Amino acid sequence: MASFHGTKINPDRFHKSQLKFYFILIPIAILMIIPIVYIFSHAFKPIDELFAYPPRFFVQKPTLQNFQDLASNTNATGVPMSRYLFNSIVVTLIVVFLTVLISTMAGYVFSKKNFKFKNTIFEINTIALMFVPAAVVIPRYLLIDEVGLLDTFFAHIFPLLAMPVGLFLVKQFIDQIPDELLEAARIDGANDFHIFFKIIIPLVKPAIATIAILAFQAVWNNAETSTLFVDDENLKTFAFFMSTLASDTGGNSVAGQGMAAAASLIMFVPNLIIFIFLQSKVMNTMAHSGIK
Amino acid sequence: MNSKGYLSTSVFLAPYLLLFTTFIIIPVAIAISLSFTYFNTIEFPSFIGLSNYVNIITQDNTFMQYVLPNTLIFSLIVGPGGYILAFLLAWMLAQISKGPRTVLALILYSPSMTAGVAMAVVWKIIFSGDQTGYLNNLLISMGFINEPVQFLQSPEYLMTIMIVVTLWGSMGVGFLAMLSGVLNIDREIYEAAYIDGIRNRFQEIIYITIPSMKPQMLFGAVMAVVTTFQAGAIGVELSGQNPTPQYAGQLIVNHLEDFGFIRYEMGYAAALSVLLLLFIYAFSRVAMKLFGEKD
Repeated sequence: MASFHGTKINPDRFHKSQLKFYFILIPIAILMIIPIVYIFSHAFKPIDELFAYPPRFFVQKPTLQNFQDLASNTNATGVPMSRYLFNSIVVTLIVVFLTVLISTMAGYVFSKKNFKFKNTIFEINTIALMFVPAAVVIPRYLLIDEVGLLDTFFAHIFPLLAMPVGLFLVKQFIDQIPDELLEAARIDGANDFHIFFKIIIPLVKPAIATIAILAFQAVWNNAETSTLFVDDENLKTFAFFMSTLASDTGGNSVAGQGMAAAASLIMFVPNLIIFIFLQSKVMNTMAHSGIK
Repeated sequence: MNSKGYLSTSVFLAPYLLLFTTFIIIPVAIAISLSFTYFNTIEFPSFIGLSNYVNIITQDNTFMQYVLPNTLIFSLIVGPGGYILAFLLAWMLAQISKGPRTVLALILYSPSMTAGVAMAVVWKIIFSGDQTGYLNNLLISMGFINEPVQFLQSPEYLMTIMIVVTLWGSMGVGFLAMLSGVLNIDREIYEAAYIDGIRNRFQEIIYITIPSMKPQMLFGAVMAVVTTFQAGAIGVELSGQNPTPQYAGQLIVNHLEDFGFIRYEMGYAAALSVLLLLFIYAFSRVAMKLFGEKD
């Protein structure tokens, strides 16, 4: 090994040869985190600091006033913030749970079963992975109208459940579970449902964590559904409420800006928590699933 | 396969296929067929052949003059730019030890977690057009400018700001995939390569690192294409209007929404969305060609 002076990938400890990477990475990281720190700091600013001149970056006298304003604020139609928050939480929980279940179930049969057109369908799925919702937003609107989902709670849920990237990831992951394992279980008398719940699910937990994060981000941050498919204020979500705070008040009205800041913090924190909670599992997925 | 096997296969498959067909395949099919019609959402669509496409190409000055070039500039900078940045950052992170790496990776990933709406709030305040805007304030106090610049309303700056903000938020799942890809390359491959005559880190990246993590590179590329086109609404969010000031930040997505939901010319908007789909498809084909498995 003495002759090998090559890569220092994944080093165990600090060495001064790593300093040059810190010199590049740390400034970039600081640039990346400034707006995030700003969200935190801004949300706790009292009104005089929000409009202080010259503007201050960090909060001097933190206050919870913005959150109180936000909680007691009702917009023109009289819907309180808690209603939006409640809608968001319910929709998010349902979507994350069902997306994970549906993609894992489909991933299992795509990986371990044979049926007609299997490869063709998977191919279409892989292409669909790259399509962005924005391109089909109009036909989707017509379709949701046609099937009677317009202006219902379900409009938030159904369109988001089929997640091509989720199926793609989980299928690759299940591919790595040896067939012999499933055969053995079958000989012991397990049917597909047993195999799925007792073997597949525990073994693909890292993939599930990844889909959960992706699905969570997609649904929690989704303001589009409320804008396009739902008219009833009572059924709209927090992401939508957040976007109206930003645009209606334009950041000009004194109370509006503080509330918008507080609301962006409420939007951001769940993302952060979910990610920190699941990140080690995600990294694991990406490494071992061999996304091919 | 016995009949029980068929039954469970269908049960497992049905929900996904049903939802996938309903909310992805059928809308794409409708988009394609609507693009050949005139449709104002009130009357039944009437077939007009290729007129929409012909109009987009020959009549729609805005599209040719602003929307198409904007979309090309935006996606060519943000897509590959974000992708290369993601790879370089992942590679550099792999060179440092675990503790600091985790913290830095989390920081780099965090912008992509923030919602577009939340971001618009922060960035709007930073780029705000009066002297209370952070950037204006900074530039004035440093003596670069004398009076505040209307960053978000001026055609000169809007596109640049859109690109910066999108790049800032682009270290998403693709970046994580690449990071774990770099970390999981077998050390022995490097050792062998050095024995075979590789000399420096650059050669190492070209000949070992990238080829060894093709799957993650492909995944990263696909995610880069997706995030690039999903970021389409950013111009409207930042400037607060559609169309954006003098069409400076107008992308196909915004043009599509302008015609579909503001002017209710759905057929025309559908034709635009088909063009957008083709656009995305072309981009991802390139990504597949570059990083796809050849075997």
